[in-house]
Amino acid sequence: MNERVAIVGVGWAGFRPKTPDLSYKEMIYQAAVRAYHDAKVDPRTDVDSFVTVAEDFHEGTSIADEYTPDQLGAVMKPMQTITGDGLHGLATAVMLVRTGLCRIVVVEGHSKASNILTLDSITAYAQDPVLNRPLRLNTHMVAGLEMNRYLHESGTDEEACAAVVVKNRRNALRNPLTSFGADLTLDEVLAGPPLAWPLGVHQTARPVDGAVVMVLANEQVARSLTDRPIWIAGIGWCNDTPSLESRSWATLPYLEQAAHMAYRQAGIRTPFEEIDFAEIDDTYAYKELQSIEALGLCGFGEAGALLKEGVFDLDGAFPVNASGGSLGAGHLLDATGLHRALEAVLQLRGEAGAHQLEDVQVALVQSWRGVPTTSGAVAVLTN
Amino acid sequence: MTSRFKSFPGTSLSEEDFAQGEVLFVHDALKAEYARDTGVGIGAYLAGLRRGVILGSYCSHCRKTVVPPRVVCEWCFRPMSEYVPLRDTGVVNTFSLCYVTWDVQRISQPEIPAVIVLDGASTLSETSVVMGGILHKLSEVDPKAVRIGMRVRAVWKPPEERQGAITDILYFKPIEE
Ligand SMILES: [Zn+2]
Repeated sequence: MNERVAIVGVGWAGFRPKTPDLSYKEMIYQAAVRAYHDAKVDPRTDVDSFVTVAEDFHEGTSIADEYTPDQLGAVMKPMQTITGDGLHGLATAVMLVRTGLCRIVVVEGHSKASNILTLDSITAYAQDPVLNRPLRLNTHMVAGLEMNRYLHESGTDEEACAAVVVKNRRNALRNPLTSFGADLTLDEVLAGPPLAWPLGVHQTARPVDGAVVMVLANEQVARSLTDRPIWIAGIGWCNDTPSLESRSWATLPYLEQAAHMAYRQAGIRTPFEEIDFAEIDDTYAYKELQSIEALGLCGFGEAGALLKEGVFDLDGAFPVNASGGSLGAGHLLDATGLHRALEAVLQLRGEAGAHQLEDVQVALVQSWRGVPTTSGAVAVLTN
Repeated sequence: MTSRFKSFPGTSLSEEDFAQGEVLFVHDALKAEYARDTGVGIGAYLAGLRRGVILGSYCSHCRKTVVPPRVVCEWCFRPMSEYVPLRDTGVVNTFSLCYVTWDVQRISQPEIPAVIVLDGASTLSETSVVMGGILHKLSEVDPKAVRIGMRVRAVWKPPEERQGAITDILYFKPIEE
């Protein structure tokens, strides 16, 4: 029960707004082949169990777990699908290894967002069917409500939110696994069309297609497979009430809890000092600031000012979303947490390329399941 | 209901109670539309059907021909790249007589779904696992006369009506021998 768990292989495919050349199965297969090659494992003989994350409404297929084994090499093997974010899948795999049930476990997440013709309607289906949905409001309104109250209580201004967009899309220019790299000014971001005021269209991540596969192993196996394992030092997750009528709108208490759980496992007391960089949720620009505060990297209402000072820049004291984040790379639906974990792994291995950070040992990864949820997950990775 | 109870407990509801709004409910319908990229393997399969050809793919590692074609062999996880045209004849592996339609209407003349093992396709070694099958419907046959092991042939749409879809084959019918 005390086994350490490492990520020993990563693979990816897609990361584009459209992927008409590949079925979702073929995209997953490309990511899987790359991950197995990276880990030097054969899925048919070496892998003990498979975990995928998928939401049936996103798949357009009921019981979507039926359609994942073949492209992963998981036919006639133990496998399950978690209806959650990629980090929930990672947490499930960690538990499978730590119980001693499995030595090697594969985690998969993907998005074929371009194939969902009515994505906003699908997202609206996450609203309460009796109390909220009959009002027929676009679900982005939940982000508008949250942003407005967050700015009101924290004293953060709209310029700070726009600065998140400028930073992340500039970072994306250095990262080939992105689609929305751009060199924008604050004014250009702020002048964009409104979506759900105070939230603007330019402050909202756009969906992309892609697949991510990771191979996890216990310590003994990990050391035999690779000389650069990336350890999962802590992983936590938490949900608040689903109610839009009675939740905290300015702060993210569920994320504070998820972070507390992960930090406790990793033995982290002062995250800003002990962690080197973070890949965190920026589905909406304000969400990055709100999450930075909930993760305990600074006090409530301080993230905006620190961001403007450059603390979270690529060359700042604590880089946040060096990859470009979801604003720069695009949003991978349920695979978003795995996407950000992938970016953290590449950084910790020193393989991030033009956006490589110097001398990094501890990474923080965080995800959110999007509007209207209060679902957060946090992982601490080390090399 | 056991003999101890003379009538059902609770208050009974009638259709009228719903119609007159005595019982409150919310009607809800999902707007979910998808456009599926068929990709390399299934895309080739559908393009084949439009030409009147059933394509499989061959795994040189397992030495098996499977239908529909795919980019990876699910049994050995090696890439598959060789397409193999198959004949449009085969053997009924299993079938059912279905007395309820897709949209839940009762019917007296059953639809006949069947799994057909195509001539030239493989079964998994020393098992009856079908590797090269097609799920389709049987027609031009008395439901009572359908048998496992029956030989059948595809009946195609006219070439100008084919769209690159599984429905380019209308159904399979028995081969008279
Ligand atoms: Zn094979």
